[in-house]
Amino acid sequence: MSTGGKNKLVLGYGTCGIAAGATAVKDALENELATGKYDAYLDIAGCMGFCFREPIVEVTDPDGRSVIYGDLSPKRVSRLLEAVAGGEVIEDWVVRRSDEPGAGEGDFLANQHRIVLRNCGNINPESIEEYISTGGYEAARKALTSMTPEELIDEVGKSGIRGRGGAGFPTGTKWGFARKAKGEQKYLVCNADEGDPGAFMDRSVLEGDPHAVIEGMIVAGYAIGATQAYIYCRAEYPLALKRLDIAIAACHEWGYLGQGIFGTDWDFDIKIKKGAGAFVCGEETALIASIEGKRGMPRPRPPFPANEGLWGKPTNINNVETLAAIPWIIANGGDRYASVGTEKSKGTKVFCLAGKVRRSGLAEVPMGYTLRQVIFDVGGGVREGKEFKAVQMGGPSGGCLPASLLDTLVDYDAITATGAIMGSGGMIVADSSTCMVDLARYFLSFTQEESCGKCVPCRIGTKRMLEILARICSGEGEPEDLERLDILAGDIKAGSLCALGGTAPNPVLTTLKYFRNEYEDHILRKKCTAGVCPALITLHIQEDICTGCGACAKICPVEAISGEKKEPHAIDADTCIRCKLCLSRCPEEAIYAE
Amino acid sequence: MEQVHLNIDGKDILTTSDRTILEAARENGIRIPSLCNEQRMEPYGACRICLVEVEGARGLLPACYTTVTDGMVVHTATEELIRIRRTILELILSDHPKDCMTCESTGSCELQDLAYEYGVKDARFRGEEHHYEVLADNPLIERDYDKCILCGRCIRICREVQGVGVYDFVNRGFDSVPGIPYDKPMMESPCEFCGQCVSTCPTGAITSIPSKGKGRSWQVEKVRTTCAYCGCGCQLDLHVREGEIVEVSSPLMVGPGQGNLCVKGRYGYSFVQHEDRLTTPLVRKGGDLVPAAWEEALGMVANHIREAMDDEGPDSVAFLSSARCTNEENYLLMKLARAVVGTNNVDHCARL
Amino acid sequence: MDDKGCECKQRFADPDNQEPLLGILERYAGEKGALIPLLQDTQEAYGYLDEKIMRALAKGAGYQLSQVYGVATFYTQFRLEPIGEHLIRVCHGTACHVAGAELISEEISNFLGVKDGQTTPDMKFTLESVMCVGACSLSPIMIVDEDTHGKLKPANVRKVLKKYRGGNGEKEE
Repeated sequence: MSTGGKNKLVLGYGTCGIAAGATAVKDALENELATGKYDAYLDIAGCMGFCFREPIVEVTDPDGRSVIYGDLSPKRVSRLLEAVAGGEVIEDWVVRRSDEPGAGEGDFLANQHRIVLRNCGNINPESIEEYISTGGYEAARKALTSMTPEELIDEVGKSGIRGRGGAGFPTGTKWGFARKAKGEQKYLVCNADEGDPGAFMDRSVLEGDPHAVIEGMIVAGYAIGATQAYIYCRAEYPLALKRLDIAIAACHEWGYLGQGIFGTDWDFDIKIKKGAGAFVCGEETALIASIEGKRGMPRPRPPFPANEGLWGKPTNINNVETLAAIPWIIANGGDRYASVGTEKSKGTKVFCLAGKVRRSGLAEVPMGYTLRQVIFDVGGGVREGKEFKAVQMGGPSGGCLPASLLDTLVDYDAITATGAIMGSGGMIVADSSTCMVDLARYFLSFTQEESCGKCVPCRIGTKRMLEILARICSGEGEPEDLERLDILAGDIKAGSLCALGGTAPNPVLTTLKYFRNEYEDHILRKKCTAGVCPALITLHIQEDICTGCGACAKICPVEAISGEKKEPHAIDADTCIRCKLCLSRCPEEAIYAE
Repeated sequence: MEQVHLNIDGKDILTTSDRTILEAARENGIRIPSLCNEQRMEPYGACRICLVEVEGARGLLPACYTTVTDGMVVHTATEELIRIRRTILELILSDHPKDCMTCESTGSCELQDLAYEYGVKDARFRGEEHHYEVLADNPLIERDYDKCILCGRCIRICREVQGVGVYDFVNRGFDSVPGIPYDKPMMESPCEFCGQCVSTCPTGAITSIPSKGKGRSWQVEKVRTTCAYCGCGCQLDLHVREGEIVEVSSPLMVGPGQGNLCVKGRYGYSFVQHEDRLTTPLVRKGGDLVPAAWEEALGMVANHIREAMDDEGPDSVAFLSSARCTNEENYLLMKLARAVVGTNNVDHCARL
Repeated sequence: MDDKGCECKQRFADPDNQEPLLGILERYAGEKGALIPLLQDTQEAYGYLDEKIMRALAKGAGYQLSQVYGVATFYTQFRLEPIGEHLIRVCHGTACHVAGAELISEEISNFLGVKDGQTTPDMKFTLESVMCVGACSLSPIMIVDEDTHGKLKPANVRKVLKKYRGGNGEKEE
């Protein structure tokens, strides 16, 4: 990449970076650079994927060599700039260097295959020029000026891409339905209501490469015959919303949105609709109700949105990640996209690695990778050298898979066969300190909280399941509870109105299937081996490690800890409320739960 | 509209493409249970009681919401469906009072009937139950949200049929209720007290206060009549127990009202047996009104009309009719005025 | 943070002042299905959705009050009660949960004496649980106003919150 003869500094400026302190780093860098002492300039980019080392700066020298540094802070800025000026590399801070792929966390990127994330972290998302310089909007131009809608739908069909929102419905087929639906006015909706806890792919794409999504929408709109489109984005993503606003305004200036776009007679425009905090609005019919200004309650399908959608008109809804892949597919051909992946799952999938994984961040891998490759080769395995216990895929609609299934392929059907789902791409890694019953309870509390309340199985069924799980976690479970969970899970799945209820039991079913022993421990032995469930643990201080600093006694809200200064302390189990504050406070890690 | 052939539970059915599975089944004597559905409103698909299996479809479909298509093969009572219906009923009952003994709706409660039919005893799934305050903040309509099954029928009838919109769901999920904004009393809401919500509520969540404790559905005799308040001709069923009208309802999908009533038709029945009601004509004699026979009273009216006509001509007489008469009666009065008396002085109370 | 204390006194319009609402109603006049953006903008202007304002909004935009109230109570974003000077949002996404978000919430509750969704009597803090904010690699996370505090430990919660407590952002201790 040309840097114009100077050193180019690119700061990772997505939500993850900002949350880690990128703004202070940016201020410090700007102040230092303003002195004119350094032959360098600063730009911003979206998330590069290395969330675990944020704040991050990529330094590219005039020869195009790049080094990515992590864990920056304002204090480190001057040291960094001096090194840049002196052509030196600060080895300890290196995340990745282009001339030494093995250095730092280099294999994090090396093991990925980036199509959707092609620009994320590489270009300034607030600059349409940078997007265009990567070949941006050429796919849309090609589509609108030299292809018929049917040819486009064919091309997308050929790519084999399936909806990345979670359900995995073939996108080409979906477009075909909307194209064929009768109606003067049709609508396109980009579903950016990424509500799965533990998933931030869509946010990262919108923050890092908003134009890719818009370009995908232009193509999709033309293919199905929709002149008006909406992006339904969570209000919790202010930065994504801001960058979309900027991008849409730029498109109007460049004639990529509005009337007669790309010099054709095709009109196309996009409006942003902000969500208002309801997970269920990720469901198509609820999303439509929400755009119409109603309570986001789903309705049964059929009729499908392709025939009766927004304001009763044919409507096609695609997810952010799906749309971001479209320009690449049109530019490179469906066949090339389809050459990546498995027989029935083509292309790549973006995952959000989080939880107890060493490298938590954003990764895009080809379909057909094994979960092991994603978690260990890309994600670097489990943190602190602990043992892998499970990976939770697909958020509250998904399931928990044990180590024995690590060789499962990243493939819609292979993952569904395990009881989990591909989902939108959240991957939460659990180690021995994660209680699987508690995790199932957590997801049920989420879905129960987010249930719209319309249908009985979801409204009352998830509530009853949650109550049973809470009972088990508090040591009051009965052996019959497992059977009750089974019955409820089955009937809720089959009887619920929408996918929220229809998939809500999955975390329970998979943990019952793969981690039944933990349920039995809770119910029969009244033990939480992971040391998580407060009612089933006792806290102890290891006498040989305790230095008697008294920090634990000071923080204990119920004065359950006593001991002489500089002597080992002890916890009175009868008084202790197992809040674990002492455990998080102890500087020596002398306190443990059992 | 196209003709559609389908098969429900082995029975070949010919119907039209605008029908839902539920309608097609009912029209052909196949009963599919339902709770949130009612003919007067758009289908809703919420309670999941009417789920059926359609061969080739992904998942079970609500019969109330799914329109028929040609060649459709439907099963309404498979083992799985019955199991799910039972679970749904159990779940509803796990958050429902068990006071059927004194509940106003016993005998006319759709939930009670289904629980009975499916032999559901609330046992397997216990948990948190709602305990709301019973709201009787007006003389006519009582709300007991503990008995609400969130079918949304009250909300929909008020919005879709009446166009008033007193209620909407308040809150979300397990804690939602069809409430009035800010928990205001009904008198402070736009409610017109038509009682349509009462008429559609499948349980005892919304009931009529004047009928409270006055008779079970099997204790009353239903007497069909036409509402006397206006010329619409809505059909009424007077619920009569031991000679007393204890409630008024309207038969669904019958007559001009199709089961809908306004406040007068539903609640304005106390005059029928009111002690102030006139049961004979009154004639003024020496300044006092005294009961008289019809012959005497009508003779007197005829004489006075004739006298006036003789003295001052037909236009000295005017006829005033009533909105509470039938069209036919009003027509006859008009005929009397124009053809017999010969005046166009005819008017009607609704213009006053 | 020093000027935040005084800024917030005026950051929201008084519910007796309908002017901001009228401007918002005009912005969306004639737009189909604009109830949610109407409520969002109104909440931004007033800090919460006061009953007076909701009634005026329903009337001005031509909705039944029940509809407006139904929507406002469905979405978690909308608040019917005023919030405190500082809004604490504790992320309860999966990664945060696994990392002990519940302990964080508990410790905040212990410290402030309020439960999830409540505001302290002195109107200083409102505590809220939120679903995944998407900064999973920093779990567990607490966001106070606009500041993200990541990789939190329950034991550090009080220290962080004390910074916001003083009237001018000064530490109280």
